[in-house]
Amino acid sequence: MGGNKLNNFKHGTTTLGFVFKEGILLAVDSRASMGSFLSSEQVRKVIEINEYLLGTMAGGAADCQYWLAYLANHCRTYELKNGSKLSVAAASKFLQGILIGYKNSGLSMGCMIAGTDLSGQHLYYIDNDGMRLKGDIFSVGSGSTYAYGVLDNHYRYDLSLNEAVELGVRAIYHATHRDTASGGVVRVYHIHQNGWTKVHDGIDVVDLHYKFAQQKGLVGDGDEAKQRLF
Amino acid sequence: MYIPVNDMLKHFKQDAPAMANITHKSDQWSPYHDNSGTVLAVGIPGAVIVAGDTRLSNGYNILSRDATKLSQLTDKCVLATAGQYADFIALRKFLQQRLQLYEFQNEVQASTETVAHLLSRELYSRRFFPYYTFNLLAGLDENNHGVVYGYDAIGSYDQMTYGVQGSGQELVVAVLDNQLKGYNKINKTIPQTREEILDIILDCFSCAAERDIHTGDNVEILIITAAGTERIVKPLRKD
Repeated sequence: MGGNKLNNFKHGTTTLGFVFKEGILLAVDSRASMGSFLSSEQVRKVIEINEYLLGTMAGGAADCQYWLAYLANHCRTYELKNGSKLSVAAASKFLQGILIGYKNSGLSMGCMIAGTDLSGQHLYYIDNDGMRLKGDIFSVGSGSTYAYGVLDNHYRYDLSLNEAVELGVRAIYHATHRDTASGGVVRVYHIHQNGWTKVHDGIDVVDLHYKFAQQKGLVGDGDEAKQRLF
Repeated sequence: MYIPVNDMLKHFKQDAPAMANITHKSDQWSPYHDNSGTVLAVGIPGAVIVAGDTRLSNGYNILSRDATKLSQLTDKCVLATAGQYADFIALRKFLQQRLQLYEFQNEVQASTETVAHLLSRELYSRRFFPYYTFNLLAGLDENNHGVVYGYDAIGSYDQMTYGVQGSGQELVVAVLDNQLKGYNKINKTIPQTREEILDIILDCFSCAAERDIHTGDNVEILIITAAGTERIVKPLRKD
C-alpha cells in the first residue's frame, strides 16, 4: 500500500575511487532506480562539496545529497571562523559523527569523501553504520564487486593520469554491464594538490561497450562465437 | 525529537482476539493514501510546460474529477505533485507561505533554483515520516529557459529536461524518452516547436488514460513563459 512506494528511495549504483601518484581518481555511474523502475540515467553521484573536497553518493540519494550539503556548509563556516580550510580527515570525521547519531534510524549512505589538504590527497569511506575507513582503493554500491575485479587487476600506485582515467572508466563500464542497477554514463573526477578537475562529464556506457569490443576485434553484439567470414 | 512512523502506528494496532480469528495486516490503519494520477513537465528554451490529470482517486473509488495537481508558486515556477493529496495541500501551503515571506524580506520573488532547494529541504525535514508526494518543480531559470526538477519522497532532486511522476509514470516516461530524446527511434526526428511538444504531451495523457485506471477525466496544462502563464484544459476518458 502506501509503505511500499515510500521505501523505494533511489538505490543501486557503482562508485569507485583510488589513490595514485597524481592524486585521487573518482569514477561513478549515473543510474538511479526506484525499485525496478529507472527514475533517472543522468544523476550526478559526485557531489562537489567545495573546491577541495568531493563526495560520492551511494545508497539513499536524498540522504547523501542532504548530509553532504550539510558538510559543505560546516566546512565553509569553519573556514570563515578559523581562517584555514578543514582537513579531509576532520571533514570525514564530522560526517561520521552525524551518522553515528542517526545509527539504526534507517539512513542509507555509502559515501567516499575525497579531497586535498596541506598534508596531501586523502580518500575516506563513510557509511550509515558509522564506519570510517581511510584507504587507497574503494568501490561502493551494488556494482562494486565487478568494479573491484577490474580495479584490483590493473591498479598500481604509479599509474599516469591517463592510465588511471582509463582504469576508472573501464571498471565502471564493467560494473554497468553486469549490474542491472548501474548504468547511464560514466563521470570521472581527478583530485590533485590544487583542488579537483572534472575529467569526463558523461561517457555513455553503451558507446564504451562497442569501443571496447572493437579493441578486442569483436563487434559487441553478443554473437561472438559465430564465425565471421568478412 | 523524531517520531518514526512505525512507532506511531503501534498505538493504532488492534490486539489479536483470543479465538483463532487472524487479523490481516491490511486492518492496520495507515496515515498514507495514494490519490494517484499522473503529472509531467517539459522544459524548452523560453518556456516550460507542466501538465497533470485532474482525477482524484482512492483505490477503486473516484473522489473527484476536477482536482488540480498543479500549483503556481511564483510567477516563474509551478509545483506538480502526484501521490497523497493531503500531503500535497500541506506542502503547497508551506511553500506558499515561506515564499511569501521570502518576497517580503528580499523584495523580489525567489528564483526557481531557490524554490527547488527549499522544496528539497522541506521534504527532508520529514525524513522519518515522509510527505507521500512525488514532485516535479517546473519553472524558468535566470535566462528564462525552461527547467524541470524531479524529486523522490524525501527530497533528493536533480535537474532534468523533462520528468513524469505518478501512477502513469512508467507508461508515459518511456514515450517521452522516445519522442523527446529520440531513444531507440529509427527516424530520429526531435520535435522543435512548442505546438509539436504540446501534441506529444496530450497524446501521452491519452495513452496513460487508456492503460492506467487512475489517470483520466481531464488534463490541465500550464505553459509558463516570461510573458506569463497560459492554461489549457482538455478532456480525457472518464471511465
